[in-house]
Amino acid sequence: MPDETLVDVWGLAPAVLVIMVGGLALGLVVAAVDRAVVSGEAGRAVVEPLLAGARGLVEQRRTTLAPDRLLWRIGCAAVPTLALLSLAVVPVGGRTLWSTSADLVWFNAMEALLWAAVWLVGWGPNAVHALTGGYRFLAQGLAYELPLMFALITAGLAAGSLRTTDVVAAQEGLWFVVTMPVAFVVFVAGAAAFAFWGPFAAPAAADIAGGVTSELSGVDRLLVDLGRAVFLGAAAAMAVALFLGGDAGPWLPGPLWFLLKTLAVVTALVWAGRRVPVLRPDRTVEVGWMVLVPLTLLQALAVAVLVLNGFYA
Amino acid sequence: MLTDLGGWVIATVVALGILSVAAGIAVFVVDSMARATFALLASFLAVAGVLLALDLVYLAVVTALMMTIEMAIMAVFMIMFMMNPAGLMPMTMVHNAKGSAVIGAGAFAGLTVGIWTVDWPTRDVSRPADSTRQLGEAIMGSHMLVMLVIGIGLFATIIAGTVLATARGRYDRFGADLAAEHPDDPVPGGLPR
Repeated sequence: MPDETLVDVWGLAPAVLVIMVGGLALGLVVAAVDRAVVSGEAGRAVVEPLLAGARGLVEQRRTTLAPDRLLWRIGCAAVPTLALLSLAVVPVGGRTLWSTSADLVWFNAMEALLWAAVWLVGWGPNAVHALTGGYRFLAQGLAYELPLMFALITAGLAAGSLRTTDVVAAQEGLWFVVTMPVAFVVFVAGAAAFAFWGPFAAPAAADIAGGVTSELSGVDRLLVDLGRAVFLGAAAAMAVALFLGGDAGPWLPGPLWFLLKTLAVVTALVWAGRRVPVLRPDRTVEVGWMVLVPLTLLQALAVAVLVLNGFYA
Repeated sequence: MLTDLGGWVIATVVALGILSVAAGIAVFVVDSMARATFALLASFLAVAGVLLALDLVYLAVVTALMMTIEMAIMAVFMIMFMMNPAGLMPMTMVHNAKGSAVIGAGAFAGLTVGIWTVDWPTRDVSRPADSTRQLGEAIMGSHMLVMLVIGIGLFATIIAGTVLATARGRYDRFGADLAAEHPDDPVPGGLPR
């Protein structure tokens, strides 16, 4: 039966509030690390995203000619909502907000719904650059989605469960990253791709004037940028839970270890990702299908053989 | 079955059911390709919500995941095959309105009659603790043959559809005698070859 969830321990409203605030703080951390790596000025890095956020709240919206306003707004609001929903199954201190028998699929589904949301953000303004960005996201999605799914399922395979708390518990002896390094790298790279950040920022790249984000202003831009940052943070936290032993660690309390590991993953991801140029989506699809799909399948096969030999038991 | 559920669950299922039907109707009412696509997605997500309310989490999230990606792929095909790729011009979303209405109403009536008249077997075992595990065991055990046949059938359909849709074959890529060293593709892939 499911373990106790955060809702059982703290009650519904406080637990949801904690996860929401934690998610927003995680997004701020990602944005700050990103600013610090890009500009090299650590001091202003925390203030700048906050200022940009405050500006987004008060800035007047500009609009375009004949936008599809309903779908545009739905898309913008969906990006941060999905990011926060994906956090519901990330275990902190051994507990998740919501524990189901298909946590990994839930995380994957939130990221898949992002396909629809980002395409809508590109579609809504009735503008060519934005729509091009939306289609670029889908093209990129076709490249990263299957390797990402295989990476997720590999962790579930070793744990014998799709519940994230079970996956963390299964890593008591050995962190999964040791036996599944390919899945770990693919998962983190996939996270950068679905947040269309760093080398995978082609949907919002400068060559199409900002792509999906080109016509966003005010609250809409705030929501989309916030959603991308929170998603990246949520994926880093998920990577810690799935591959880096969750909150296991000596001396310090569990949640602190979890926080430190998440910070380390975010920093490593941003530091490495910002050193790679933006990749063209038409160059990533073939790599995804010809290289990453076989590689992740082989990784899953290796883990399956280890499972049969009782390596993880 | 229904008696096992609490009042709130039944209310949620009914509300989501109505929502899914309403969104399904909206597909034929709106006049934009994008709105029709996303009305259909809303309908599927409402069905996923029904499954979630019935505590079938795996089926619910898989429905949401598959249908969303399906709709997104449909958007890709939209630009490939539509005369109006952006789809921003209002256009009618129905073809052969009378015929499809008859087929739709007939199927609805047939299924409804079937659902309410079939003598469904009663459950003689208790509910499983983990419906995801039970589903996995059924797919990987007693129903494996069915799943394999369906899987291969779907895969063959995808390949056949792609072959029919693409205008370029191997002779365009490798020359009339298939002797070219490198394929001649309009868009180079990411791998060096």
